[in-house]
Amino acid sequence: MTAVSTDRRDLGSRLADLGRTLVSPRGAVFLLLIVLLVAITVLNPSFAEPSQFIRFIQRVAPIAIVAIGQYFVIVGGEFDLSMGSVVTAQVVIAGNLIGQDEAKSLPVLALMLAFGALIGLVNGLIVSFLKVPSFIVTLGMMLALLGGTLYWTGGAATGNPADGFREIGRGGIRGIPVIDILPWSVLVLAVVLAVAIWFSKRPFGRTIIALGDNPTTARFAGARSWWVKTSTFMISSLSATIAGVLLVGYAGVHPSVGRGYEFIAITAVVLGGVVLGGGRGWVVAAAAGAFALEALFTLLNFAGVPSTYRDAVQGAIIIIAVAYSATTFRARRRGKGIDPAPAASTTIPDASAEASDAASGGSPGTATQTSPDTATQTSPAPAEERDAEASARPASIPSTSRADNETKGGS
Amino acid sequence: MSATTPTARRATPRRRRLDSSLIVGIALVAVIAIGAVLVASVGRNFFSAGNIRDILTGMSVLGFVAIGQTLVILCASLDLSVPYVVSLSSLIAADLMAGNPANIPMAVVAVIVVAAVIGLANGLIVTKLKVNGFIATLGTGLIIKGYLDTNYKGTSGQVPWEFQLIGATGIGPIPVSTLLMLLVALAGAFFLARTRTGNHMFAVGGNEQVARLSGIRTARPLIVAHMLCSITAALAGLLLASRLGVGSPVVGTQGGYDLLSIAAVVLGGTLLMGGRGSIWGTIGGVAIFAVVDNVMSVMQVNPFLKDVVRGVVIVAAVAVYTSRSVDRRRPRFANASAPPTGPDGAGGDVDGNDAREEARA
Repeated sequence: MTAVSTDRRDLGSRLADLGRTLVSPRGAVFLLLIVLLVAITVLNPSFAEPSQFIRFIQRVAPIAIVAIGQYFVIVGGEFDLSMGSVVTAQVVIAGNLIGQDEAKSLPVLALMLAFGALIGLVNGLIVSFLKVPSFIVTLGMMLALLGGTLYWTGGAATGNPADGFREIGRGGIRGIPVIDILPWSVLVLAVVLAVAIWFSKRPFGRTIIALGDNPTTARFAGARSWWVKTSTFMISSLSATIAGVLLVGYAGVHPSVGRGYEFIAITAVVLGGVVLGGGRGWVVAAAAGAFALEALFTLLNFAGVPSTYRDAVQGAIIIIAVAYSATTFRARRRGKGIDPAPAASTTIPDASAEASDAASGGSPGTATQTSPDTATQTSPAPAEERDAEASARPASIPSTSRADNETKGGS
Repeated sequence: MSATTPTARRATPRRRRLDSSLIVGIALVAVIAIGAVLVASVGRNFFSAGNIRDILTGMSVLGFVAIGQTLVILCASLDLSVPYVVSLSSLIAADLMAGNPANIPMAVVAVIVVAAVIGLANGLIVTKLKVNGFIATLGTGLIIKGYLDTNYKGTSGQVPWEFQLIGATGIGPIPVSTLLMLLVALAGAFFLARTRTGNHMFAVGGNEQVARLSGIRTARPLIVAHMLCSITAALAGLLLASRLGVGSPVVGTQGGYDLLSIAAVVLGGTLLMGGRGSIWGTIGGVAIFAVVDNVMSVMQVNPFLKDVVRGVVIVAAVAVYTSRSVDRRRPRFANASAPPTGPDGAGGDVDGNDAREEARA
């Protein structure tokens, strides 16, 4: 977001580019976030004060971290519904095992990380080797983990970790000039985000996206898909663990902490323009989705909307946001389903012309007029035929989506 | 494994064809056998009339929801809004009936109409706005939840005794509610097997692109599936209202019908990615859940541990199905394309082999 505001100084083509990015589905979440933040500031000017704003970031930190973890799973083409239960389990573990003994903090923290990694490992191995859909695996894990946690605590709030441990989620570095206090959770979020960006730019991070886009080609390209998939689940469980550590300090120990986090995380990731089903998305946008979601709640709070309407507004917003990006992306996403066509068209040259005829047959009016054109366009690369068809319908939108397409292909 | 099985597959096509529905049945029989032994070990009779009645009663509500969910999942979509539709319809029914038997038909019609409208909205959002079914129904579910939380503080309305009888009576050991559920299942199975829209659902769920190129209007089956799913959820809400005697805004979410119905559908051998599955498999999946729950309550398992067992059963049962090779195509297509297997077979044949290998690899 800071990068956006610095770019704004350059006028001309830069500005036009920026505007196009903000309007395009990929940048829409940033536009939404800016609009929401401005709206909050208008309603409540003190929100823009640095000390208030840093508190806002502190509040978002656990959600954003969970969303970053969920991003890797979703972009790899899977779901992780167990995150909320992992958060709950970790909060309860911290509450019960650390107790008032501060010396136990580090060993228990290590245990929690190991436990998180183990959950992810189990999820990933079952998905990769037993071929159970991730939706079902993580749903089972969610039920089992939550049931186990509640069984352990008897369903009530138990345990209270030492204050030193709670300080991670609660406290921060005091006495900083402008913002007064720099919460640890903001620092943790910054570190997690930086690591996530670095990780997603590395070959391994690219492999995750490739696997989500098309598992078959990823396998042919030599990716160890079981390990890539398993590691995404481990990342998400570890991020849920970190969120749990922050929430212990921020929200306290209770078996209801973390409930619903899996859906909040998925919502945030999808708001960030990440396509369910994998292969598309940007981790920063996923984190921005979490910020936008929390900003939305804050706005509703300040606007005096009854808290019972929050869910309704949240539901409407995610539908609208996804509908916006989906209708713009329509052309590209549809192309994924038609895997066999390229194979057929490469073997027989005539087949590609036939295929494009069949494709343009969907709009009978234009089929007769433009069929030679589309045939010549599509013959080099059959994947383009979706784009060609799309550009026949709306005039303005394809230019942006095509540009977006190129940036994705180049990066 | 992959080297040896292709020949085996070709040698015994008939056995493979029975797989998907048979496995559910075998799993159900296994669960019943284990359950009967466990129940016998605490000195109770699993097959007593009362116990069978309990199991069948446990099946009915989840069964209704799962039937609709099967249709939606067959179309490669999801419906996460069902628990809120269940709650909403129980409230509307109880409020409109207001204890007066004369209002029953009107209330039932109103509930079904409201549910159909919700389903229509879901279907239109999925097909016209191109929103993923997961997000679309999550969103509409949240909207309904906001409405429920705002307008209802607790249970509301009153259901007349005549309507409560539906949830309370039975013919022999079989409750009327379960019979109704099975009737709906029969209708659903008939709809899938014999009607055009039902057949199109398989096509759209299997591969929307191919379905569209084959001249199917792909939006309509999806919309119909979402509408039917909301309507069956509304029937479940009516049944719950008749059992409770009042409408409740949390009855759907407490039951966890969204995720449990999806789990039951997948347990019944329906592919989560759509295009393959059956209503009867789903009923089998629901029955497995009901038997497991019943055994746990007879053995007085801690309620929190029940969730652990449920989670493990879901994953283990689905793992049993999927560890066997999964055909991604419906049997009759595989059968039709298997005999020729010429090298110049159409693209569909190539696709079929690809999908199969993908499934087993």
